[in-house]
Amino acid sequence: MAKLYTNNSIEKFNDLQPKEETVNFLLNYSKALSVINCKKMKFEALLN
Amino acid sequence: MNMQHEIIPDAALVSRYIKGEEYALEILINRHKQKIYSFIYSKVYDRDVTEDIFQDTFIKVIRTLKRGAYNEEGKFLPWVMRISHNLVIDYFRKNSRMPKFDNSGEFSIFSVLSDSSLNAEKKIIKEQVENDVKRLVEELPEDQKEVLLMRIYEDMSFKEISDKTGVSINTALGRMRYALINLRKIIDKHNIVLTN
Repeated sequence: MAKLYTNNSIEKFNDLQPKEETVNFLLNYSKALSVINCKKMKFEALLN
Repeated sequence: MNMQHEIIPDAALVSRYIKGEEYALEILINRHKQKIYSFIYSKVYDRDVTEDIFQDTFIKVIRTLKRGAYNEEGKFLPWVMRISHNLVIDYFRKNSRMPKFDNSGEFSIFSVLSDSSLNAEKKIIKEQVENDVKRLVEELPEDQKEVLLMRIYEDMSFKEISDKTGVSINTALGRMRYALINLRKIIDKHNIVLTN
């Protein structure tokens, strides 16, 4: 059987993580976002 | 703390989050961030773009959950993966191109692609060099200059030069040799730089 001399790039991808700022941004975004229900309509409000 | 997080299933965390328990989202993100981030990176091969798509994915997740538009039919992770997959497609569609080369690695695509045409500066230098060479040739003795011009500029063979000038081939070769030697001498003497 032929040998494959390529790196297993999939293995490398598994170590990757998003930056802490990105995660923090998302958590803050989530806290700031509130959806207001008004009859049949939905409004999004970002409150900081 | 971590042990406790592992016990709570995704579905329970999602419903807690919908009820307003913000910490549930943090657990969900931390639990799946590596898988989702790696998945996006495996498609776009760019850390910055991956970061953007990862962020957009969760913005969509957060908005959908907060609006109460999430249906618990499927599992949480496959749903998030589908969102990120769609955003990756959007990214490529918007850029209307195939996955690009990562130019930060050892291999640079520009090392094999080059623009062979001269830029403005090099054109000017080339003209200057050519003018210098013309002036140098003018300094040569007439017989040597004649042979050199025929050989180099008119691309004649030494046989043709010999026929035209009425000297033997050997004489023509000798004159060419001395023409080149003399040119080198003048160049050395005046420290002329003839490189582009």
